[in-house]
Amino acid sequence: MGEAGSWRSPHRLALLALGVATVIFLVGPMLVVIPMSFTGAKILSWPPVGFSFQWYAKMLEDPQWSRGFLNSMQVATLTAIVSTILGTLAALGIVRGRFPGKGIANALILSPLIVPVIIIAIGFFAFYSITRLTGSLPGLVLAHTALAVPFVVINVGTVLRTMDRNLELAAASLGADPVRTFWRVTFPIILPGVFAGALFAFITSWDEVVVSIFMTSTRFRTLPVEMWEQVRQVVDPTVAAVATVVMVVTTTLLLFVLVARRRVPVR
Amino acid sequence: MTADTPALVLGGVRKRFGEFTAVDGVDLEVRRGEFITLLGPSGSGKTTTLRMIAGFLTQDEGSIRIAGEEMTRVPPYRRDVGMVFQNYALLPHMSAAANIAFPLAMRGIQRDSIRDKVSSVLALVGLSGYGERLPRQLSGGQQQRVALARAIVFDPTLLLLDEPFGALDRKLRAQMQAEVKSLQRRLGITTLFVTHDQEEALVLSDRIAVMNAGRIAQIGAAEHLYRRPASRFVAEFVGEANLFRGRAGVIAGPAPARTVEVKLESGAAMRASLAPGDRAVHYGADLALVVRPERPRRLIAGAAFENQVAGTVAEATYLGETVRYRVTLEGGGEIVLRWPAEGERLSPGTRLELGWPASDMTAVLWA
Amino acid sequence: MLFLRPVFGRAGRRTGGPLVNRWALLAIPVLVFLLVGFLAPLLIMAVRSVTDLPAGSEGDPLTNFRRFFGGEANLRVLGNTFFIAGLSTVGCLLIGYPYAYLMRLASPRWAGLLLIAVLVPFWSSLLVRTYAWQVILRDTGLINSTLRGWGIINQPLDLYQTTTGVLLGMTQILLPFMVLPLFTTMARIDPELTKAAANLGASPTRAFLRVFFPLSVPGVLAGSLLVFVLALGFYITPALLGSPKNTMLSAFIATRVQQQLDWGLASAMAMVLVAITLVVLFLASRVIRVRDVFGALDAE
Repeated sequence: MGEAGSWRSPHRLALLALGVATVIFLVGPMLVVIPMSFTGAKILSWPPVGFSFQWYAKMLEDPQWSRGFLNSMQVATLTAIVSTILGTLAALGIVRGRFPGKGIANALILSPLIVPVIIIAIGFFAFYSITRLTGSLPGLVLAHTALAVPFVVINVGTVLRTMDRNLELAAASLGADPVRTFWRVTFPIILPGVFAGALFAFITSWDEVVVSIFMTSTRFRTLPVEMWEQVRQVVDPTVAAVATVVMVVTTTLLLFVLVARRRVPVR
Repeated sequence: MTADTPALVLGGVRKRFGEFTAVDGVDLEVRRGEFITLLGPSGSGKTTTLRMIAGFLTQDEGSIRIAGEEMTRVPPYRRDVGMVFQNYALLPHMSAAANIAFPLAMRGIQRDSIRDKVSSVLALVGLSGYGERLPRQLSGGQQQRVALARAIVFDPTLLLLDEPFGALDRKLRAQMQAEVKSLQRRLGITTLFVTHDQEEALVLSDRIAVMNAGRIAQIGAAEHLYRRPASRFVAEFVGEANLFRGRAGVIAGPAPARTVEVKLESGAAMRASLAPGDRAVHYGADLALVVRPERPRRLIAGAAFENQVAGTVAEATYLGETVRYRVTLEGGGEIVLRWPAEGERLSPGTRLELGWPASDMTAVLWA
Repeated sequence: MLFLRPVFGRAGRRTGGPLVNRWALLAIPVLVFLLVGFLAPLLIMAVRSVTDLPAGSEGDPLTNFRRFFGGEANLRVLGNTFFIAGLSTVGCLLIGYPYAYLMRLASPRWAGLLLIAVLVPFWSSLLVRTYAWQVILRDTGLINSTLRGWGIINQPLDLYQTTTGVLLGMTQILLPFMVLPLFTTMARIDPELTKAAANLGASPTRAFLRVFFPLSVPGVLAGSLLVFVLALGFYITPALLGSPKNTMLSAFIATRVQQQLDWGLASAMAMVLVAITLVVLFLASRVIRVRDVFGALDAE
């Protein structure tokens, strides 16, 4: 890419202007939330008046928010762990494995991405309420894991597929049996993919709203669900503060992923 | 194994991939300390053979013995074989030293011992001080040497090299060839080298096994293959060859130096020699006559040879040490000459007469 | 020994190996998990759509479907869903195509930055972004306050809880799904082709219309189908930014479950939505490899 051609021609300038406008369109709205969270006014109106931490204070004082935050942390962490394990094994099985019906298996693994989330939500609701798992940590982790696993499989699968198989042959020729080959050679090499998958799984669970709405109860709520309840009432800018915190966490993790991709573990 | 046991013996090895037979009955015996090359075009089965020796593939038929031990049931990680891959296959997440230490660690050798061995072998390949670098921080040539070091550090019975110099530029390649050769001489490791580059094979090997369509077409020292190719394929693949086609006539002469009278399509008659022990050529056979480009001599008044042709120079190419002439022959066809540049330079259009004795031309079957 | 051949069989393209190898076992945990934890709930719902019948239905298994397609309000919701999904797709295409083209023209570094600009919102919380639109679109929100401040309008524009608001929100959120397949396809178009066209006498506009654009069509189709499918199933954004007048199917299903506890009808509607999704995806698979699109979801 990077075609030669004058960037001064009217065509290109128009394109550039459109591009800039699109970036603003993409990124701008989220940024709006940040100044709103610092408003000194008592209501949700633009532009923000003054500068105050009152909404952050309110967020920290309100037990609902802190509980929601902790719950989300728990659920997301557990989801990341479980889905990373399942997903990494699955990727190894799909990419390296040979068995009839591999296409169907692959489709099944990717299907949570395709089925409209509301359907997954009510389906889970019906199913898990039978087993009395709704409104509980395990139930939520199970539900989120189903949604997160595809991301792990995709990430680990890509690294696995592009890995040089000769490295494993070389290890064998040097005396490593299959188990040692896996732990000393294969695993360290796919680790960036596993790591990225784990982070995406975390983010997926952390931000998950729809399924969580149906799977949570008043006793056990995740942060996005708390936000959802508040947001529909359009009450006060506390939600803006919460939203900012959520964004900061997510963006930090994303930058982590981008950085992790450059790093290769050295012994 | 005793000093006499060959380091490697392949007996009737066959390998099929579905309908395609990659290796079609290969017999090979490699002596200890020998440097032998499998030379052949792509698809000739040389890499497949190498991989079977390493243990990455299992042969369908035949036996593979390393140091006298049958290897068919032995997995690759238990064969005492060092391998240098075409793309080096250095473990990217480990330093050069760690890569080299890997086979020693797999064999449970002591830490101190490992460190000593690694530094001595790094010195051997001229990379002392580069141990802590990661593969991606090394140049192609340096990676090459690390791969080599890694393959020999544990004193394997057999060293396998799979077209290792393909990615290097000419000068570096020549340099690496020299280094591998001297290393092998020094350490005395039995080495099996795979390549499609016949020049490389000629430079490095004690013996060359030319492979074609899954079989060994001829095996022997470089000079032997060059002077006395056993088939048209070998004649054309190893070095440059001028070929004449004709029908075999009478075979004459004592056993080690038989000659055959050949009638060419053009009607001219030639006389060629047969390789000692050749049994294929018989009266009436369709023959290919091979004469190497440096052999024909310019006829001067009074001289006469068993084989004579006349023609006009079509093209003259200066190659530094030699000049390559393409000569269009009066009877039809072409002949390529390679003469030292010191001699008289001929320009295109010059007519000349050439001759050579029967001993400079070998007869093989055309098929 | 059986383990070795598939693992170490390098010329494996034609190796006749065993039908199943040991690696396959590793896929079992996830498959079991998904079968029980994902597929089973969906199947149960499918079953409920034909078994959870309201009183007075005389045991007709298709009752719920009839109720759905028979109700005028229901059909309006369905139509509205298609309408909004369609408009979102068009919006994404109009904005996404030039953006993807810009990415293609840019140097690798800038293209990377543009890609990040597309991906970061993609991975950010859907709820946060929808909330942000709320802040922007409300009567006292960013747009209205700014326009009022500049004296352009006196009365606030009705943006919140309108179709326009929903479209803005959905387009922004779905844009990455249009840009990524488009860019992938565009990146594969040989840059020499437009130069060759120029050499043969085509003006830049013509070169674009007759060479570049036709070659980018698979990407257009892939992106459009993907965006459409995803838009059909959207819940959060339309629910928050839209009005009760233009409900989309997902919200409709949700209220049936949460408020009326009408599982039968809700399941039936869910089945209809799944069916539509599958049909659209099937059509898509005829044109492009759907898997390529999902490949954009890794950390590349």
